[in-house]
Amino acid sequence: MTHKKQFDSPPRRVALFVTCMVDMLYPEVGMATVELLERHGVEVVFPAEQTCCGQPAFNSGFWEEARPLARRFVDIFEPLVRQKQVDAVVAPSGSCTTMTSHFYQLLLENEPAYRERAAFLGAATFELTEFLVDVLGVTDVGARFDGRLTYHACCHLLRELGIDRQPRALLDAVEGADLVAMTGADECCGFGGLFAIKNGGISTAMGQRKAQNIAKSDADAVALCDVSCMTHINGLLSREGQRCRAVHIAQVLTNQVDVAARPASDEVAPESKAAPRRWQDDKVKG
Amino acid sequence: MTTSTIDLTLPYKTRVQDALGNKHLRTALDRSTGRMAGQRVAAMTAVDGQLLRDQVRQMKEHVIRNLPDLLEELERTITANGGHVHWAKEGVDVQRLVVEIARKANVQKVVKAKSMATEEVHLNQALQSAGMKVVETDLGEYIIQLAGEPPSHIVAPVIHRRVEEIAEVFQRELDMPPTLDPQVICSVARGALRKEFLSADMGISGCNFAIAETGTCCIVTNEGNGRMSSTLPRVYVVVMGIEKLVPTVEDAFLQYQALCRSATGQQCSVYLSMTNGPRRPGDTDGPEEFHVILLDNGRVDMLAKEYGEALCCLRCGACLNVCPVYREIGGHAYGSTYSGPIGAVISPSIHLEVTDVDKLPYASSLCGACREACPAKIDLPRMLLELRRDVVEEGDAPLFDRQSMQAFSFAMGSRGRYEAAGKLGSLGSNVFAGMSGGNIKFMPGPLAAWTSSRDFPPLAKRSFREQWKERQRGRKSIGEGKKEE
Repeated sequence: MTHKKQFDSPPRRVALFVTCMVDMLYPEVGMATVELLERHGVEVVFPAEQTCCGQPAFNSGFWEEARPLARRFVDIFEPLVRQKQVDAVVAPSGSCTTMTSHFYQLLLENEPAYRERAAFLGAATFELTEFLVDVLGVTDVGARFDGRLTYHACCHLLRELGIDRQPRALLDAVEGADLVAMTGADECCGFGGLFAIKNGGISTAMGQRKAQNIAKSDADAVALCDVSCMTHINGLLSREGQRCRAVHIAQVLTNQVDVAARPASDEVAPESKAAPRRWQDDKVKG
Repeated sequence: MTTSTIDLTLPYKTRVQDALGNKHLRTALDRSTGRMAGQRVAAMTAVDGQLLRDQVRQMKEHVIRNLPDLLEELERTITANGGHVHWAKEGVDVQRLVVEIARKANVQKVVKAKSMATEEVHLNQALQSAGMKVVETDLGEYIIQLAGEPPSHIVAPVIHRRVEEIAEVFQRELDMPPTLDPQVICSVARGALRKEFLSADMGISGCNFAIAETGTCCIVTNEGNGRMSSTLPRVYVVVMGIEKLVPTVEDAFLQYQALCRSATGQQCSVYLSMTNGPRRPGDTDGPEEFHVILLDNGRVDMLAKEYGEALCCLRCGACLNVCPVYREIGGHAYGSTYSGPIGAVISPSIHLEVTDVDKLPYASSLCGACREACPAKIDLPRMLLELRRDVVEEGDAPLFDRQSMQAFSFAMGSRGRYEAAGKLGSLGSNVFAGMSGGNIKFMPGPLAAWTSSRDFPPLAKRSFREQWKERQRGRKSIGEGKKEE
């Protein structure tokens, strides 16, 4: 989908495609997304009929099972855009945006009517950072982060949507953030949907490599744009007892992430060998 | 002896487990894949890499669209140059043809330059069964022949072995004194191979590309073994997949450029050997007989399905070097002659006997690094997705996968079911998480594949939609308005 919708005047209202993972696992990411959009004068509507875009089924070969979900998604969101009730659809996920705006074209290949509607919808569907930077023209959202921050480029976001400059620009503008580079920042974390289960061993090996690179970067937090990769990376960091955590970029941009000043390694008392409790674990969900 | 080799005939799951548990293998892969990937990036950014890839893609698409005509043109030009062209539908046809040619010419010893096509059809075994001695002359291939292994990489066949293991093989097989000095190891191989070249009756190689307009078979090497295999023996046989041809000399150099830069990060290889035909009167060297075998072995069927794009492949191995899966498990775990992303795509179509071949399309996180590296811009992730669909449609997916996906599709198919599932999941997962201090450390059944090495967070106590509803109380949103009025 290279031909994205162009706006004559700034979009005033968008539909939030929150994604099922954010809805069920990370509502705070959804709330942060809403906050960012509203802060820039964009009204957010949430079509409550939405569930999942069907990617898990599509991705594992079950296209027959994925198609009803794709049609359902199109039926929910496309009329909103078509009838100009919203100017665009925004999702805090590169992967789910890829699914709905790219892979639906493959999935619905033999259903021309739905395919056309999906293409129309896809052109108006934006990943959050893409929407903020490319559509709203915002890079400085007034966020502050006290600590060392690095960035992990999620695969679908980077290589399917070609979005990289936008999240980096947003992070660049975060006041106080000490941005550090990470080796292999654009290498897969090993999540890959059901790949993480079906090929758990390979997936873990890839994730461990990522976790090592995160440790070497000495960052306090890894910002990224997909909660699926975030779940995988945090699953490893947590299991390994690492201090650093992956966080969704919307959380960084809304100051949800608070990393306590990090003690120098020689100050760490031997009894505090267990990983210190982190902001994310502490956060009461909901 | 400690080795980095995985048994290809074992089930996929075991192959992967063996690979992941093999420290030597993973050290060897670590040492080389990253380096090769880095060299490719440097070589491709030194020129207009995007333009080069676009041009290669365009040229290869032209080749595929005009394959029958171009193949006939190649047959005409080779024949006009005095060579013989043979068509092989299946792998066994290649075996039969080469054995026949060898018998007719009274061949005792064969030297081979590196060739994946002959690996694909198990030519060495066929020749050996027919009583001939076969010697691989590419250094990497020579090492694994001595060790009795198949190659594990398209261009770097012995990438799975550390230098320490290679030295062990040479000490055992060639009486080399103990050393890890690559120069010494190479000179031992050189000495042994020189004798083989001078006494061989037949040379066999693959073909990196054949030029239709001139009937020229080209092989790209760095060791000179290709040149000696193609010029010293009385008979020279080229085995090539039908897609390995280019229309013109100009196209050949386009492909050459892309191949060298993508495969090894070189601007050009040390040798480019071009064979037009047998020795002509007055020539000081060259073979008396020149044969070209054009191999189908499932390639035409790939065109008929949606996988014809894979025939654009130059066999440079760039997708292997950047693949995060290949980097962890190496080539043998794929169980096929062709490994990595391109191997996962073509192995189900090419007529190869691969144990658990329908697991290969799933051996990818679909990260897309392969497509980015491919000099022919092959959309490998798309084909992996389509191959997965084929596996499911052909009824070869595990029952558990099918049932859970049907359940998933049903649950996600209505708002009510989705919300109920969410509520249930939230309650259940929070009980689980509560028992282990915040995160889930154990999940039952197949999900244990996650929690055996990774934590999982519990579902939120209050979902986004619940929080949103509360927040919007008194307001009305478009999506909810209709439903709740």
